[in-house]
Amino acid sequence: MVQKLEYLKETPSQTAGPYVHIGLAPGAAGFDIYERELGQDIAGPNAKGERIRIEGLVIDGTGSPVKDVLLEAWQANADGIYPHPEVDGDVEEGFRGWGRVITNFETGEWGFDTVKPGCVPGRNGSTQAPHINLWIVARGINVGLNTRIYFDDEAEANAKDPIINMIEWENRRATLIAKRGERDGQVVYRFDVYLQGESETVFFDI
Amino acid sequence: MPLKGEFYQRDREWHPPAYTHDYKTSVARSPQKSLISLDQTVSEITGPRFGHSDIAALDNDLIYNYAGEGQSAIGERIILHGRVLDENARPVPNTLVEAWQANAGGRYRHKKDTYLAPIDPNFGGCGRTLTDENGYYFFRTVKPGAYPWRNWVNSWRPAHIHLSIFGTGFTQRLITQCYFEGDPLLGKCPIVKTIPTQEGRDSLVAALDMNATIPLDTIAYKFDIVLRGRRSTLFENRLEGN
Repeated sequence: MVQKLEYLKETPSQTAGPYVHIGLAPGAAGFDIYERELGQDIAGPNAKGERIRIEGLVIDGTGSPVKDVLLEAWQANADGIYPHPEVDGDVEEGFRGWGRVITNFETGEWGFDTVKPGCVPGRNGSTQAPHINLWIVARGINVGLNTRIYFDDEAEANAKDPIINMIEWENRRATLIAKRGERDGQVVYRFDVYLQGESETVFFDI
Repeated sequence: MPLKGEFYQRDREWHPPAYTHDYKTSVARSPQKSLISLDQTVSEITGPRFGHSDIAALDNDLIYNYAGEGQSAIGERIILHGRVLDENARPVPNTLVEAWQANAGGRYRHKKDTYLAPIDPNFGGCGRTLTDENGYYFFRTVKPGAYPWRNWVNSWRPAHIHLSIFGTGFTQRLITQCYFEGDPLLGKCPIVKTIPTQEGRDSLVAALDMNATIPLDTIAYKFDIVLRGRRSTLFENRLEGN
């Protein structure tokens, strides 16, 4: 016999279910209850940097859009600073770095407005290319899925990014890279997430 | 303040796997390739923070937070309370806990829920709160009803409250479901059974807590939540334990 470790076990995850919006985005569920819904404005009015929009679909193994998915984004500001007490440096007033993203229930299309993040420090003195961390929950997803959105106009930084480079299968790296476009004078990136299949998105165990 | 250490690895054998055949919706929505293990960086160790300006006083009182003047939600009045801890058994203070649930008849206030049980006009079905300095939280609500769902032809969810918890780092982000002691549907639910072990399933069952019950008023259940723990030191080059 050996000594007993005193650690607790993490509470097991369960699916967010089809009605996740009631709890996390009640306006989308069809009713007003809170004075203020959380996660509606990621960057705030004072954020520096390029204003961008990111849009996409989450697509299941049959090729159908997942219409009841909810995504959360977590990102640094344009200077590469996360609004967190353990990070040195300040962000602009009103910059939350975090947002909730709901789909259109009819089409499954989602999108959010933010600013493009800057490079952030990596481990061991490395630098990570600009990216947005994404967490995806839905009915049928037993444990929330973590992935990252990188940007196709950051080819040089992406080529040196330690996380992208860690992905052994080079042909899968493109699944993390949003494609830049423009609509009505606004920068819009496209980022479709594939839950299964040939082009399955890279998901991380963080 | 310098970055503290990484969060402990998530025990993937303790959590449900992505693909769970008997929970049918997971079949087409589960990644088939392996998750890629990522050494945590500032992107994972940090996460959003919330404060009292984000929420309102009644947000954790589901009996009254959607009720009309002088009205209250219909159902068995309950207090759901407990602590948010990490795997080191330390309290997680000031963290956001969000809850959502069906009403006492098993009906959700959601435009996609068409179950024949009626909407309760005085019940919204969602709440949120911040843990106090000891990691303690509580909600007042009504006990949700069981309801049928399309999995097998005759599938019923045990009564449950959905809970969403943040912690301090994005790695700790968690959504789970709280069940209730003594529910005969627990052993029949394919979603409960996505959790591989009976011990894990039992850890999602809130205990009847007579000490927290308010006599002649509200019955109480205790549900503690455990988020991932964390090393006390960041080891940049070699990931040694402590």
